Amino acid sequence: MIYLNCAATSIARPPCVGEAVCAALAGAGSAARGAAGEDLAAARLVFDARCELARLFGFDHPERLVFTHNATLALNQAILGTVRRGDHVVATAYEHNSVLRPLSFLARERGVAVDIIPVEPTGALDMAAAERLITPGTRLVAISHASNLTGAVLPVARIARLAHDAGALVLVDAAQTAGALPVDWGELGADLLAFTGHKALMGPTGTGGLIVGPCVEVVPLVHGGTGVQSALDDQPDAYPEHLEAGTLNTAGIAGLAAAARFVASASPASIHGRLQGLRARLVEGLAAARAVRVLGAHDGMEHLATVALTVGDLDAALVSDRLACDFGIVTRSGLHCAPRAHEALGTRERGAVRLSMGYYTTDAEVDRAVSALAAIAREEA
Amino acid sequence: MGEMRGRRSVVVTFASTFDALEAERLCGRAGVPGRLIPTPSHLSAECGLAWRLPPDAASRSAFERAVAGAVVPAAFVEVLG
Repeated sequence: MIYLNCAATSIARPPCVGEAVCAALAGAGSAARGAAGEDLAAARLVFDARCELARLFGFDHPERLVFTHNATLALNQAILGTVRRGDHVVATAYEHNSVLRPLSFLARERGVAVDIIPVEPTGALDMAAAERLITPGTRLVAISHASNLTGAVLPVARIARLAHDAGALVLVDAAQTAGALPVDWGELGADLLAFTGHKALMGPTGTGGLIVGPCVEVVPLVHGGTGVQSALDDQPDAYPEHLEAGTLNTAGIAGLAAAARFVASASPASIHGRLQGLRARLVEGLAAARAVRVLGAHDGMEHLATVALTVGDLDAALVSDRLACDFGIVTRSGLHCAPRAHEALGTRERGAVRLSMGYYTTDAEVDRAVSALAAIAREEA
Repeated sequence: MGEMRGRRSVVVTFASTFDALEAERLCGRAGVPGRLIPTPSHLSAECGLAWRLPPDAASRSAFERAVAGAVVPAAFVEVLG
């Protein structure tokens, strides 16, 4: 099978990732739950991982990079830990349900006012609306670094400036971008940044994290053992323990650290360049297939190697199934947990087919996808 | 590190495990003597990590130089054992 669902997870990983996971499973103790031998080694492993990832994100306070099980938990921690009853929050229509659903919960249960920056039919973000909606008193502005649907890289730094001018915190969802392009804390202007380990970073599933800026206060979502200051009734104030209750996924973090070292060595900028080449090859290859419509093709934004498309009036699930059964190509159909983006792009009812490429995707695999889609499109024409 | 047993030494405590491990990294890089130990229970109810170093002033100065600007220790406590 040709796996073109890398926006969901990395099917192929550098060998060093599995080796690190196996080594940790075979010998790592419990980080911060002992001070000798294997336990101390595990604590050092997690420490090194934290520093490695902080470097990758250009973040100078590694102790404030906390590990989570995925980006969803990181986003929930960021949102539920900063937004108070009656606050005002702004998010974009490109957001994943990992942002939209916590906000819906807060609106319903805690009287939080939520405004959504619209996405135009072309896929461009409505910046005039952003300027209008982000106002003094806005508590949090949540924005994806890149759409998980179209791959569009959003104008995070511009939005962050608007947010900071209004006194709001900025939460960046880097689930799609970490490992796929340079993600620089300072350039983005983030106050909080959530990432996952298993997508473009090519680490194990069950890994991710949240970066918390030095002046940002976050109320813990999970309370429990930290291995330090055990006599306290409440979570310690010191990071990372403040947001890391419970035993860490040491083996997963070992694999994530190996993945981060691999990505750093390969250079996120170089990876991005190659992925852009794959995207261009796919989009240009599909240009002759008139029944194929690429979502956000003219949004004026840079893109990841993620392409969402429709084929004539065909149901996206049917196209995805044919790609799998007749051509051996794995894609994802449906709404991709991004219902508002689909609504903006006119595909909420029948969904879209998403093809997402990764570090190990080859030109030949992209060409096979082009041929397959062209064949399906010919039948539809 | 058995040479420290039964002798006076200084235990440095920290606010977090991260700080303890950062101190270990910095001391290792600077060649400052000492090692990570479980925080003695009579110092606090911690079950975290502390740094144990020889009791002389030079060792403490070397430690403080190594971690300066990166780690703020919670306390320096002279202990026996």
